[in-house]
Amino acid sequence: MITISKINETLFGKKLKVINIGLESFAEDLRKQGVKVIEVDWRPPAKGKKELLDLLDKLEALK
Amino acid sequence: MTVKTLVKKNSYYDSVTLMIITNDIKKLDGVEEVLVGMGTEHNIALAKDLGLFTSELEGVTANDLIISMKVADEGVFEKAVAKVEELLSSKQEEEEGEEVKPQSIDSAMDANPDANLVLISVPGQFAAREARKALLKDRHVHLFSDNVTIEEELELKKLAHERGLLVMGPDCGTAIINGAALAFANVVAKGPIGIVAASGTGAQETSTIIAKNGSGITQLIGTGGRDLKEAIGGIMMIDGIKALAEDPDTKVILLVSKPPAESVARKVLDVAKETGKPVVVHFIGGTAELVNEYGLVFSESLEDAAVKAVALSKGEEPKDAPEFSIPREKVEEIVKRETEGMKPEQKYIRGLYSGGTLCDEAMLFMTREFGGVYSNAPLSPEFKLEDSLKSKEHTVIDLGEDEFTVGRPHPMIDSTLRAERIEEEAKDPEVAVILLDVVLGYGSNPDPAGSLLDAIKKAKEEATKDGRYLSVVASVCGTEDDPQPLSEQVRKLESAGVVVMPSNIQAVRMAIKIAKRG
Repeated sequence: MITISKINETLFGKKLKVINIGLESFAEDLRKQGVKVIEVDWRPPAKGKKELLDLLDKLEALK
Repeated sequence: MTVKTLVKKNSYYDSVTLMIITNDIKKLDGVEEVLVGMGTEHNIALAKDLGLFTSELEGVTANDLIISMKVADEGVFEKAVAKVEELLSSKQEEEEGEEVKPQSIDSAMDANPDANLVLISVPGQFAAREARKALLKDRHVHLFSDNVTIEEELELKKLAHERGLLVMGPDCGTAIINGAALAFANVVAKGPIGIVAASGTGAQETSTIIAKNGSGITQLIGTGGRDLKEAIGGIMMIDGIKALAEDPDTKVILLVSKPPAESVARKVLDVAKETGKPVVVHFIGGTAELVNEYGLVFSESLEDAAVKAVALSKGEEPKDAPEFSIPREKVEEIVKRETEGMKPEQKYIRGLYSGGTLCDEAMLFMTREFGGVYSNAPLSPEFKLEDSLKSKEHTVIDLGEDEFTVGRPHPMIDSTLRAERIEEEAKDPEVAVILLDVVLGYGSNPDPAGSLLDAIKKAKEEATKDGRYLSVVASVCGTEDDPQPLSEQVRKLESAGVVVMPSNIQAVRMAIKIAKRG
């Protein structure tokens, strides 16, 4: 059974290290504060098409 | 005028980058309307609304960059496109020196096992997929994106709860974790108060007032505005409270939310009581009975909540925050000065807000005084403005509402709309006071006060020409350590004749006093 203290152990009790996915300005702001940030080079999956996206989700669920 | 379009296949840029470029292009001579954005369904619909749709836009995808404009002639379009390309390439040059970025959230997580939080701000329809991946790999999530469905929110929060993780959001604008400001948040010193907030600007106002009162915070956990709705049941506020209860550095807990459904409120208050720590509760516009029933500390305003939390953290009795924190004589002196040159017909307040919860707080206290306040987002439906662009009697506008932010940055980033509206309100001979919030911190405009100064000066001049005196009252939500230092921002506003009050609620009270002549 995982308890709430996991928030304390893995987040509040550890150095913050962020994976940023989306607006680049958020990553820049965190770096200015001395926080380590990894930026994901994100692109809309399945060219942003709903039907393709649903299909992709089904495929990933099969993995 | 002619409509011209250029599509650049497979060139992805984020929405803020493109909105900033759109704003720059709009300022060029001969450009009447412009859309620079990705080819999402939303942007195609927007192009149609703006009269910018051409056949080139058929079949574009969310990976294609579209540049559409209504321009005087072909020459203007060519110049404007060259400008877009120049701005985009300067962006790319900035990035070329950087390390190679991982292509997916999974590869980023695999390569960085010590990364403990994923900050997600991709468009809403894609956000839940990314959040799910993060949770399944045991990462806490800050979900800034909006337009995530409530069903997706529930699924994500249940998953997070089962795995002992936080999901802050969706639509969570503000968090401060281990001292770091995430998204729209202020630089607040470390201290003994832990905040869990279902409101972005509510969190910013309370955390900055804690700082202004010489104290600080352990963590500021945002939950997103829907967490305390019945459908979600306060899952993250409850887990947030439990985490702060276990945190030895947190001596006092502060909760901020719009009034929840009673069943949810009771669940949250039960857990709050069980912590055994002092808990200050601010359910905006809520009543004291329920909070008192649980033996917790009720607060009437955001400032009151912050002041009481600071008192409790020092082991003092929590007293109600005073109506004004500046001396009474000073208040009277300001009211006298601001009302002297007013004409008798100047009786209305026009609040122009960038922060949603600050706007709600203004409406709430003005309604108590005047019986009703018109708005684009009113407290009760009979006060909904027919046209959000036309104020009526006492009006308070939330410029952060979707109707004002389609295709343009939030008013905390871009003051253009608010500046225009300030000048517009000044033309109305019945307006006594323009009431403003100025929100500092990461995420916000690098000089929010400065970006409003011209409009404020023009508004005051316009009134003077007409033989009136127009009062402008503001509060600045920020700290001295913010990227835009508080004292500099206050000084700028004061140099333009703005009455700057120490909190939103005090600014609202001052505006009421001026409108009522004391």
